[in-house]
Amino acid sequence: MSKIAVMGDYDSIYGFAALGLDTYPVETKEEGTQLLKRLAENGYGIIYMTEKLGDTLKTAREEYMGRISPAIILIPGVSGNTGEGVKGVKGSVEQAVGSDILFGEDKQ
Amino acid sequence: MAATQVNPTRMELTRLKKKLVTAIKGHRLLKDKRDELMREFLDLVRENMELRLRVEEGIKSANTNFVIAKAGMSEEILHAALMAPKQEVTLIDKTKNVMSVDIPVYEYTTRTPDPNDIYSYGFAFTSSDLDGAVKSLADILPDMLRLAEVEKSCQLMASEIEKTRRRVNALEHVIIPETQSGIKYITMKLDENERSTQIRLMKVKDMMLEEAHGYSEKQNH
Repeated sequence: MSKIAVMGDYDSIYGFAALGLDTYPVETKEEGTQLLKRLAENGYGIIYMTEKLGDTLKTAREEYMGRISPAIILIPGVSGNTGEGVKGVKGSVEQAVGSDILFGEDKQ
Repeated sequence: MAATQVNPTRMELTRLKKKLVTAIKGHRLLKDKRDELMREFLDLVRENMELRLRVEEGIKSANTNFVIAKAGMSEEILHAALMAPKQEVTLIDKTKNVMSVDIPVYEYTTRTPDPNDIYSYGFAFTSSDLDGAVKSLADILPDMLRLAEVEKSCQLMASEIEKTRRRVNALEHVIIPETQSGIKYITMKLDENERSTQIRLMKVKDMMLEEAHGYSEKQNH
């Protein structure tokens, strides 16, 4: 049994509260790093994070990459899509295969 | 290649031969594991990309809806409307083992079965755009959960594939050739020793015969 959290700037995430997900508005990098650590230790199975915040918390996120829980998933925020999430998928293809053979061609 | 010093003894030879057999067996197994993981991974990562594009599209349009909703009502009312959610999502996370990699399987339950409980406010003071916005977000929630499951699995499998690939390469290009050259070196050294012992014995035999019978003296006469 675990819970689902959403992290990011308030405007991007307040809607998720209505669905019953726990929202945690974050402004600064330090705040985000601490919060991420706390959430990961407190039984959150999935942490959705806006791409903008995910970009600043890159090093903190990497720590949880190899662990099965929590899954940190990037979602676009209200300010738009930075492409960080798609880059993450391409990154895992690159890691596994050695080069991006699947999605290399649809780069714009 | 034979940078390491090996003792040319029979014991070492047996040890190296055993090591070679294990290395070859291990190499074959790891190669199979890598191939199977790769097959699963490629299927999964394609789904991952598809889901991600769909979820991103969905959230983007939901966000647009929320901006419109926000424009139609005061911020205080909006905050108050979403302050106390009725619905609550709990995650049941299980794990599945694919080729020795534990990947997550998520199931979720909502606290109340009523799908209308996502609207945590009375409809009197909020704009109808907010209802649409919340609904559009609720519609992509199953996809978001599936995305989390698939994306996490992809990350875990990618790192496992990388590890396995390194092991396969290390066995194939370092351990196996090194052991083979070690075995070759020892066999050659042992053969050489044997030949040299044989020659020495023949020489000694000749010398002893010479001493006992004095062939060379007889031949001279």
